[in-house]
Amino acid sequence: MRRRILPGLPLSLGITLFYVALIVALPLGALIFKAASLGPEEYWRIVSSSRAIASYRVTALSALAATAFGLVFGLALAWVLVRYEFPGKRFIDALVDLPFALPTAVAGIALTSLFAQNGWLGSILASVGIQVVYTPLGIMVAMFFTSLPFVVRTVQPVLEDLDPALEEAAQSLGGSDGTIFLRVILPLLTPALLAGLSLSFARSLGEFGAVIFIAGNRPSSTEITALLAFIRLEEFNYSAAAAIASVLLFTAFVMLAVTNYLQARALRYMARA
Amino acid sequence: MKITLDQVVKTFDTFRAVHGVSLEIESGELVALLGPSGSGKTTILRMVAGLEYADAGSIHFGDEDATNIPVRERGVGFVFQHYALFPHMTVGENVAFGMKVSKVRRSKDEIARRVEDLLRLVRLEGLGNRFPTQISGGQRQRVALARALAVDPKVLLLDEPFGALDANVRRDLRRWLREIHDELGITTLFVTHDQEEALDLADRVVILNEGRIVQQGTPEDVCRRPGSAFVMKFLGDTNRLAGTATGGIARVSGATVPAPGVGDGPVEILARPVDLGWATAGDGIPAQVARVIDQPQGRRILARIETGEAVELDVPADMQVAASDHGYVSILRGNVFPVS
Repeated sequence: MRRRILPGLPLSLGITLFYVALIVALPLGALIFKAASLGPEEYWRIVSSSRAIASYRVTALSALAATAFGLVFGLALAWVLVRYEFPGKRFIDALVDLPFALPTAVAGIALTSLFAQNGWLGSILASVGIQVVYTPLGIMVAMFFTSLPFVVRTVQPVLEDLDPALEEAAQSLGGSDGTIFLRVILPLLTPALLAGLSLSFARSLGEFGAVIFIAGNRPSSTEITALLAFIRLEEFNYSAAAAIASVLLFTAFVMLAVTNYLQARALRYMARA
Repeated sequence: MKITLDQVVKTFDTFRAVHGVSLEIESGELVALLGPSGSGKTTILRMVAGLEYADAGSIHFGDEDATNIPVRERGVGFVFQHYALFPHMTVGENVAFGMKVSKVRRSKDEIARRVEDLLRLVRLEGLGNRFPTQISGGQRQRVALARALAVDPKVLLLDEPFGALDANVRRDLRRWLREIHDELGITTLFVTHDQEEALDLADRVVILNEGRIVQQGTPEDVCRRPGSAFVMKFLGDTNRLAGTATGGIARVSGATVPAPGVGDGPVEILARPVDLGWATAGDGIPAQVARVIDQPQGRRILARIETGEAVELDVPADMQVAASDHGYVSILRGNVFPVS
């Protein structure tokens, strides 16, 4: 075997593998095992029930909308935080992490009271006929709130490392601000945006605490998939819960695989000949 | 295109980077801005490009006042020290960028042809599909030049263009840039802190210190007739000897140097290592050898003269001399400046 200069490989790799197995692989394995204990027909009946399908739809669409919104807003926030100096900048920078730090249930309760019919924002929106709580819109708001930091924190460092000379070069070649943003800056941010997108979407798919308070949880309309799995769990129907959870798991895996592929494509210019 | 700077001033926060610089660059000339770091040379270049705005004074391109024209409309080609190639574009796409975003519409074929021509000019034909990470530093700098030339700039500006390259690559690229300049005849201004580069490449050298021009002229002018002790020291290895001038002759223990036009009083005599001689007997300043360094082109003696000052002198390779030898230093040529 080749001799290594860096010490500690067997120990650190051992610890890592042990914890990955214990904390990640074992529960996931148990989940799949439980779901597999159902026959294929039974499994299919549970995951394709109309209530389950309605929950997938509302979860995926809300997550998609929340992620799309988060992508735009998160990019704008990161942009402002990196490129300009203004009073309160450090405070806003610290505030970005709040959704991570806050217990999601607390976030859910806060958002619900804010957007309730008699809440600060809810009463204003109600006067123009928009209801947020107990609708898919509320689910979207909760998902957006809890997943926003992902986009900001993945884009921010890349934006900070961007060489100002690239923009100056593009300017000296006659590029307008819009052209430079679309042709030079955005392509360089794409890998980071994709990473933020996949994390944000995966988080939104699985978000539970913040959503259930604001969603109203009416079956087949504002009931998210994670809640449906939870309800099956409370009914001691472990296999059905596992079956529904496996759909979420599978979706998250596909999502991560797709964005990883896109990221690698976007970064192909980094590969050396 | 002739460039004229008139009393240009630039201040950063409280630091004054450029103090009223006036400079004329003739059409088709290749001029070097040479100075130590912090001398304001890059700031001047960036103001000519429009990447910084002058606080006072004016910059003219030909008869046109360019002082407030933004960089994207100024029609300059700028080459950055660290290339600033767009990493996500191929070499060809980098070169084509300026033509693609230009207001002048060009067809795809036209752009492709011009990219080919430019890559041939910078001797990179066939590398158009590589990404910048897949080529060497010298090649990247040539791509950067091709990209800057693609927009038919009126003026070419280069900021320490060879600063990040190996010495050998640097020398080749220098000669090659000179050839390209002679071929295209484009007015070119470049910044460097390397005096060898400036003298090798430029028609005219502008030497800056602390935000002011201290001397400008042909390489011959600044080398043979340095206007100040700073220029003399900045252009190369220099020995400084303290002496006194009387009646147009400067004296330092046992040696004399003609000092026409220098008033009586304390002076400093500056001489290159090749302008000092070494002898074991005869006239000169008594000195003792501290060390001898052998170099490909000869031997360099590090010696200490009787006043305690250290001097360095170059002697032929076949001269027999060793550490702690005693001898006499003569001044063959020297420049005398009054001590201010």
